[in-house]
Amino acid sequence: MRWVRDNLVLLLGLAVLVYTFVPIAVVVLMSFNAPDSRLVYSFDGFTLDNWLNPCADPDLCSALGVSIRIGALATAGSTVLGTLAAFALVRHRFRGRSASNLLIFLPMATPEVVLGSSLLALFVASGLAGQLGFWTILIAHVMFCLSFVVVTVRARLAGMDDALEQAAMDLYATPAQTFWRVTFPLVLPGILAAALLSFSLSFDDFIVTNLNSGNTTTFPMYVWGVARVGIPMQVNVIGTLMFVLSIAVVIGVEVRNRRRQVPVA
Amino acid sequence: MSRLAEQEVAGDALGAPASGEEGPYDGLRIRALTKSFGSYTAVRSLDLDIPRGSFFALLGPSGCGKTTTLRMVAGLEQPTSGTITLAGEDITRTKPYRRPVNTVFQSYALFPHLDVAENVAFGLKRRKVKDVAAQVEAMLALVELETQASKKPAQLSGGQQQRVALARALINRPEVLLLDEPLGALDLKLRRSMQIEVKRIQTEVGLTFVHVTHDQEEAMTMADTVAVMNGGVVEQMGAPSELYENPRSTFVANFLGQSNLIEGTVRRRDADLVTVDMHGVTVSVPAHRVHTDGDRGWVGIRPEKVLIGEVGAELDAPGNTVPGGVITDVSFVGVSTQYLVRMPWGQELQVFAQNTGRQRMFAHGEQVELSWRPEYAFLLDASQDVAAGADRVVG
Repeated sequence: MRWVRDNLVLLLGLAVLVYTFVPIAVVVLMSFNAPDSRLVYSFDGFTLDNWLNPCADPDLCSALGVSIRIGALATAGSTVLGTLAAFALVRHRFRGRSASNLLIFLPMATPEVVLGSSLLALFVASGLAGQLGFWTILIAHVMFCLSFVVVTVRARLAGMDDALEQAAMDLYATPAQTFWRVTFPLVLPGILAAALLSFSLSFDDFIVTNLNSGNTTTFPMYVWGVARVGIPMQVNVIGTLMFVLSIAVVIGVEVRNRRRQVPVA
Repeated sequence: MSRLAEQEVAGDALGAPASGEEGPYDGLRIRALTKSFGSYTAVRSLDLDIPRGSFFALLGPSGCGKTTTLRMVAGLEQPTSGTITLAGEDITRTKPYRRPVNTVFQSYALFPHLDVAENVAFGLKRRKVKDVAAQVEAMLALVELETQASKKPAQLSGGQQQRVALARALINRPEVLLLDEPLGALDLKLRRSMQIEVKRIQTEVGLTFVHVTHDQEEAMTMADTVAVMNGGVVEQMGAPSELYENPRSTFVANFLGQSNLIEGTVRRRDADLVTVDMHGVTVSVPAHRVHTDGDRGWVGIRPEKVLIGEVGAELDAPGNTVPGGVITDVSFVGVSTQYLVRMPWGQELQVFAQNTGRQRMFAHGEQVELSWRPEYAFLLDASQDVAAGADRVVG
């Protein structure tokens, strides 16, 4: 009893970890499943087939390709635009600055269903009803990722000591050198974080995408579509890959930071 | 660099520096410098001549305009009007990265993504100087940080970061090195040892240092010339001992150390002596220590210059003797005893008596006489606020 009391925090922590990781463990487990039928959600036998043959359903891989392409383009677009907007909001005093700071929060606060349907109305009203597809999805994704990029980069920029750039200029760095040698490297972690966030938001989005997709199918839409007839186990392979990839990125960054902090002398 | 050398030669050829307003001057010269932020004037028509190779301190309370002045010299702030010339060249509107001036920032402003050696090399690399590695090594040796070269600033202590900031500025051998309260973030003990360290480095490299501080003790310890600033103007400028011994305003008298200021009326002005009636007691002040033309003024005397004795005792201070004091407070601080003495006119004067052992300690309530040598007294203008500069925060 005493042992339980002494280790209560540890036990609770472990319980929370289990609670968080059980669903992910199921995804990983199911990626090795050999089901007896498509409609049975039970582990019927171990196989590597799903991993060796992830594109068994060609629709899955084409949907995945669409999602990756939209994710990459939406990330690039929103990261560039959002970073520029963040610099403007932090560094320059202009009319409507505080209003812009407030408005940037709106897309994050608006329910996605509302956002998606309004956007659809806008596209239709603009005569794009027949053009719904890859590009309208991309426009929608850049739009909602933008706010997250601005907020992330702005926080990083606002936390930076003004004296650093002044010190660079004092040490003979021209404005361009000051930006590339001091400002940019210091803001870069914020920009990278914003880019990662954008990609996962875009890759994961279903509601806004579904309303503005026309005939294009993204990965979440594919999964939603096939759920009615039984999800192919390859979906779990993709899920596991995504999970492993993001864990690898986080561990990689952490290892790099740790190595930098090792005292030399 | 050769351009600067030429000017140095030109300055020598044309005779002594600082001769006349328009003459060539090889130091830092500030003329009628003014900086306003909206309706607030931070610096008001400031004139300063800072000789090459000197350790100059701008001393004043916060908000007196000293940091603004420094930032204008660095080029980080644009003056509203006035000029700044350095070694004969007008740099008033020159971009900060084109001035032969470097700054040690109050927050140090070390680049967190670069290691110590890269921080120190930053200025040299921007100017595409050769042989950076050897210079960085020599500079790190000067500030005793050779072993820390590949550490990041965040891994260093406050004192070490301070020395990196100093090395990063010094390595460029600027015409003028600006120090903006560089020791403000350090604790008292470290600050005292860094003061000696910075002074040693300045003597070693022989560059012009302009040091901004609100700590009068720091200014007096380190600088050869101190300019006391208040409300955007320089109140008085000179060697630390000169400022301390012969202050020209109540602000300087109170901000640098402590002073007893006693109201008086001028009775006679002779060629070398001014006689003042101080609540019925006649005292004299040497003419060169009188800083008012009026017939009223503040007689000033430093607490350690006041001698204290029993009533009727013989004191080594012919001239100014003030009877009728009563001791109201005694604090023994080791090297000295500090008395508060209430005078017949109600004012309490401070007296610091060295504990030489030749005199007994006086007790609370005892009757005493005060006295001081006339050559230590000074006379200030009656229109000045008697308490100006007295409520400074000792930091």
